[in-house]
Amino acid sequence: MKVAVLRFPGTNCEFDTQYAFEKLGHTTELVWHEDEKLPVDIDLVVVPGGFSYGDYLRSGSIARFSTVMKAVSSYANNGGKVLGICNGFQILTEAGLLPGALKRNNNLHFISKHQNLCVINNDNDFLNKCKKGEVLNIPIAHADGNYYIDDEGLKKLEENNQILLRYSDSEGNPVVVNGSVTSIAGICNETKNVFGLMPHPERALESILGSDDGVRMLQGFEN
Amino acid sequence: MTAIVNVFLKKGVLDPQGKASHHALDSLGFSEVKDVRIGKQIIVELDSEDKEKAEAEVKEMCETLLANTVIEDYTIEIR
Repeated sequence: MKVAVLRFPGTNCEFDTQYAFEKLGHTTELVWHEDEKLPVDIDLVVVPGGFSYGDYLRSGSIARFSTVMKAVSSYANNGGKVLGICNGFQILTEAGLLPGALKRNNNLHFISKHQNLCVINNDNDFLNKCKKGEVLNIPIAHADGNYYIDDEGLKKLEENNQILLRYSDSEGNPVVVNGSVTSIAGICNETKNVFGLMPHPERALESILGSDDGVRMLQGFEN
Repeated sequence: MTAIVNVFLKKGVLDPQGKASHHALDSLGFSEVKDVRIGKQIIVELDSEDKEKAEAEVKEMCETLLANTVIEDYTIEIR
């Protein structure tokens, strides 16, 4: 698998993301935000975490207008797979490639810790190696992860199995972490080729470092 | 010409900063406070003489970049 990893001024998870996919046996290529085209023959675009453009105005609001995002939009609209992690999720919602928006955490804190997540839907190209209802332990690190969507949008997400993950306890019961609507931690678009989540699977590859649950998540794209 | 743009979270969308500030004001004894909402003000200097045209342009700026209309409302005042 060949993975394109985007890089904006202020991105800081691009090397972790490359490391993760290369460790799983894939090739990766960094793509600069000014590039007009994505590399050829790619299987996945990852918009990694960080603080693109210093989170100025709103997280992800400036990055979405960068040159490379035009190429990402047309790639996604043609069915290409795109994964946004943390700031990447914020960029994809700002770009309108994913529904809803990410607000400041309810407690106004930057939250950085390992967090249990419950797999809500796995009938997609991302979480197909995880079981429905399974609890994963993945690090989170964000200030703007409070997912908001209106009632009508939430209903659509639920009906179409677009909710991927919810923050949970070790039994899989939803818990309030940052104020997200129904504890949502990750979603996908209607056509299930664009994925976004606040937690960082690329930081959960070794059990000695706390968890290797990220491996199965990222391996989902191998199908 | 100057455009004063105020951006606030929509009514019904919880404003955590407003809520925290409200709580702090309560703790300081300002018990008459009913609600606090925090937004941002964006001042745009325009090289334009036509008020209507300026307002239309700033509206487009808001819809495109300055506000995220999924969660935010905005007001525009042209001076």
